[in-house]
Amino acid sequence: MALLKSLAARKDDLSSPANQLEFLSNGVFKKGKLPLFKDKIAQTNHFPLKPKKLEILQLNLGYMCNQVCSHCHVDAGPDRKEIMTKETMLQCLEVIRTTGAHTLDLTGGAPEMNPNFRWFVEEASKAGIKDFIVRSNLTIILANKKYHDLPEFFKKHKVHVVSSLPFYKRDKTDKQRGDGVFDKSIKALQMLNAVGYSQEGTGLKLDLVYNPSGAFLPTDQNLLENDFKVALKEDFNIDFNNLFAITNLPISRFLEYLIASENYEDYMYALVDAYNPTAVENVMCTNTISISWDGWLYDCDFNQMLELKVASKVKHISQYNEDLLNDRDIIISQHCYGCTAGAGSSCQGSVA
Amino acid sequence: MSKTYYDPADLRKFGNISEWNEELGAKFFDYYGKVFEEGALSAREKSLIALAVSHVVQCPYCIDAYTKDGLQRGIEKEEMMEAVHVGAAIKSGATLVHGVQMMNKYEKLSM
Ligand code: SF4
Ligand code: SF4
Repeated sequence: MALLKSLAARKDDLSSPANQLEFLSNGVFKKGKLPLFKDKIAQTNHFPLKPKKLEILQLNLGYMCNQVCSHCHVDAGPDRKEIMTKETMLQCLEVIRTTGAHTLDLTGGAPEMNPNFRWFVEEASKAGIKDFIVRSNLTIILANKKYHDLPEFFKKHKVHVVSSLPFYKRDKTDKQRGDGVFDKSIKALQMLNAVGYSQEGTGLKLDLVYNPSGAFLPTDQNLLENDFKVALKEDFNIDFNNLFAITNLPISRFLEYLIASENYEDYMYALVDAYNPTAVENVMCTNTISISWDGWLYDCDFNQMLELKVASKVKHISQYNEDLLNDRDIIISQHCYGCTAGAGSSCQGSVA
Repeated sequence: MSKTYYDPADLRKFGNISEWNEELGAKFFDYYGKVFEEGALSAREKSLIALAVSHVVQCPYCIDAYTKDGLQRGIEKEEMMEAVHVGAAIKSGATLVHGVQMMNKYEKLSM
């Protein structure tokens, strides 16, 4: 079921990252029924977890969103006012111009709702980054007339669009993301195809993100991609490039759902059971830096939402120094099991 | 001691059966794993068969496991329910076809 308000607006106990982290260290983990993530990765000599070469800069332009999805790890929604300012964007641009990373990844909330979004994309696209991703929730394109030309805008700046579509059928999509979301998403995908996305010879890439609509793990990414391709083509004549299967991490609103539906313990057992040491080597934090709307630096978007700033002398974009940052230990907790289950999970899908 | 015969949490302990007989346990789990691999039938088709059989043998653990497995594979609820009906149809058919035996016996015994 889609929600009406964020945890923050409801002043729910779980809106506090400290409470979430405490919850994730109690219960089955405190009783020793399940191993702490730290102990689990230590068995294969992966503790402390260290970064490899930096490849991706992920910028969160703000937590405001036109949707209030029930699984959202950002706790995003129309009631969230945290938005990146132009000043912070200028600091980010400096970093983008000098970084060794080959990918720039803009996320949110709905990044398009940031009033300086277009200006920022124009400026950033001049920096010569190889892969420039915008994570779009699709419905934003139809949410207001002022967003209708986003497909053209993305095309103009050769943006690589990554969009979430939880399923290729209406009921599961709408249950997770809200009534009408499926039809709007389909329309938006058709608009993106119409300007050339995922069409031969255009070089314009459109990828989809699948995440399970409930307390279960995603199956094999290639099988899912195939199912999505066949269904979307047959039913709606939609093309896309790749599908990323992402595991829902037990934080924020998904954690709220797991607790309320009494699925929390089973879900944690499933994650720990599916632990894959190969996935640990490639978890997202090993090649990504996540930057929050207010310029703080994190190991990943999940740690950002848990307010776990990087364990480095450099903690803010204003002090940015890639060499120093790359020397840090990554901060981990039990939510990390979501990245290492099965084929692993990251913003680019499976990792193992 | 638990007060019911079935505890959903026991499903997680399924692997423990090997503790009292490692050789047979290992052989079973190895066989089980192989059966469900992609083959002439897809893993998806096997999952639906398993769901139907779970209902016929009325194993609550299997029903939980293969409902979840189906969700993970993107199997839809309509497909799951049809599979359950296939199981139910065979089971009721198997009951009813014995009606012929009853009829035969009745005729044989009657003057
Ligand atoms: S569209 Fe994305 S950011 Fe917005 S509420 Fe849904 S999951 Fe969260
Ligand atoms: S949650 Fe973040 S820190 Fe933990 S393993 Fe995943 S990417 Fe790394």
